[in-house]
Amino acid sequence: MAIGSSRGTGVSSTQPATDASGATDSTAATGRILGGYLVPNQPHPLLAPEQSPGWQSLHDSYARLRAEIEASDADLLLLFSTRWVSIIGHQIQADPEPHFWVVDEDFHELGTLRYQLRMDAAFAETYRECANARGLHARTVAYQGFPIDVGSITALKLLNPNNRIPACIVSCNVYSDRQETLVLGKAALDAVKKSGRKAIVVGVSALSNRMFTDYIDPATDRIHSLKDDEWNRKLLELFAAGRLEDVSQLSREFSRQANGDSKMKAIWWLAAAMGQNNDYRGTVFDYQPVYGTGAALVGLLPYPGAGGGLEYDEDDSGFFHGDRNVIATAEASAAPATLEP
Amino acid sequence: MYSAVNHNSKTKGRIVRGCLAPHPPHLVFAANPPQNEPQASGAGAWQGLLAGYAAMRRSLEAAEFDVVIVHTPHWKTRRGHHLLGVEHFKGLSVDPIFPNLFRFNFDLHIDVELAEAIHAEGEQRGLVMSMMRNPEFRVDYGTITSCYLTRPAFDLPIVAISSARSYFDYSNEVGEREMLALGEATKIAVEKTGRRALLLASCSLSHRHFTEEPEDPEDPAFEHIYNANQAKWDRHVLDLIERGCNRQLLDEMPDFMEQSASECKDGSLTWLMGAMDVPQLGGIVHGYGTVIGTGNAVVEWRLDQAEVQV
Ligand SMILES: [Fe+2]
Repeated sequence: MAIGSSRGTGVSSTQPATDASGATDSTAATGRILGGYLVPNQPHPLLAPEQSPGWQSLHDSYARLRAEIEASDADLLLLFSTRWVSIIGHQIQADPEPHFWVVDEDFHELGTLRYQLRMDAAFAETYRECANARGLHARTVAYQGFPIDVGSITALKLLNPNNRIPACIVSCNVYSDRQETLVLGKAALDAVKKSGRKAIVVGVSALSNRMFTDYIDPATDRIHSLKDDEWNRKLLELFAAGRLEDVSQLSREFSRQANGDSKMKAIWWLAAAMGQNNDYRGTVFDYQPVYGTGAALVGLLPYPGAGGGLEYDEDDSGFFHGDRNVIATAEASAAPATLEP
Repeated sequence: MYSAVNHNSKTKGRIVRGCLAPHPPHLVFAANPPQNEPQASGAGAWQGLLAGYAAMRRSLEAAEFDVVIVHTPHWKTRRGHHLLGVEHFKGLSVDPIFPNLFRFNFDLHIDVELAEAIHAEGEQRGLVMSMMRNPEFRVDYGTITSCYLTRPAFDLPIVAISSARSYFDYSNEVGEREMLALGEATKIAVEKTGRRALLLASCSLSHRHFTEEPEDPEDPAFEHIYNANQAKWDRHVLDLIERGCNRQLLDEMPDFMEQSASECKDGSLTWLMGAMDVPQLGGIVHGYGTVIGTGNAVVEWRLDQAEVQV
């Protein structure tokens, strides 16, 4: 099921000396984003690859991403995970050494996921400041026993198994839409530049997110429907051509048609963090079903001039003005916290 | 203090009382129990709801129970309905959404025999059912919060049922049908196993949150309903509940879910209605209040004190 790269593969520290925002090496003193990846949100490739050819394939394909990351001189992995849902703005993981365990709430039969990770707490604080500066409500979290989401744990264990590179994770707000998510992505780039990090950004998300709602034989796993499969492949075609901003522009339609994961907020965030253009070298390392959902491993490296023109259907935004009381009437604002029913 | 009980499955069990018992972790936070690590200021934003829970606890003292069965929106499962299937869970539950408020050391005993009976009855009705057998599972904050606020001693075994995503994966109609069937399965299992059961539907009513929090989360100046639409829907639903118009409530449920972003879309209240046979019996509203903009009601149906007409 793998879809090949349109322009070859390979990250290295000798790649074109530009970052995702188009800055050149003359800004070496400031941070930059070296590249981005999209990875799946389910734990199967880590916990039970042997049960399904697709899960095994994903597990094995991670080796190519690991090799790219290993060859880069990245000093930060920055993740946005659709499996970490937030309500109060945006939460940023800042526990320097989170260690605990989680059991997937649905796939608990796959066993316990133990983790010991390494986070860049200083960067988390910088990201919070940069998010606040763009009007977002954001906070860092660092609590013993905090359940890091299975999507992030899986990604980090497979991308960075020895914790060589410190990481940071930001949550996916249930209410945020495109504008707010773009602002969160731009704040990520601000924070990378400000902190001087050489970052790789990672969106943890399914493509089509329609899952089988009954127990299946994992060996027979497939994309839930032909329609979802076709939409996934269309998106992956654009990815392979490095057209990240086009994927971002298409995300609403994709979500409507193929039950995209969390409105494809991970793509909005990734595209905004990487500079909102199509100038990437794209690689689709793998594409497989995980319990019916579309699970892809995609890589994007800055590659100036690759993408051609852009057609924008969506608005852009650089600052978040909040949603409190947006539709509240005088009556609601005056309503007490306790009503006589 | 928990102590195991031998049940007599020769005696016909029954659902003694049913409750709407919402689970904002803010209420546990505000109560400052020793199991919860964060300390609240006592500023009082949620007094109405806490008083409602206190009134419900007093009311429940008049009845005897063998088990608490809770349907929780915060254990979300896409492959059908799951039940906790390990006798004892002990650990730390940190809420990934409100970790600043809820880091609770839980110690729960499970009525596995009843859980398995519900599982079997659900399967008989065509539902996808699953037993959760991993002892390291982190019990969700919905289960813990509703159980704590209703019966803080944790002196009864519980059964916890997950929230299947049928409403989201298919439609409100499919979700409603499944939850009524799950409710019926719960009722029959309770009867067959001879339990005297207290049922908790752990959900809010209207459910649009503010996405900001004040410096002191308990600051009453911050707290009110999200907007007038939500308040009107909540009032209407509570009016139906108090008048015992539960069939009408179910008829209107899909609209309520969509128009107020209601957490009833996680199925808990419809499950409770199904388990109680959709009684023509008014619920006693012990309290109503908002938590970061969402509408929450503490309601009790005293099935043991009513001539229930179906
Ligand atoms: Fe909730």
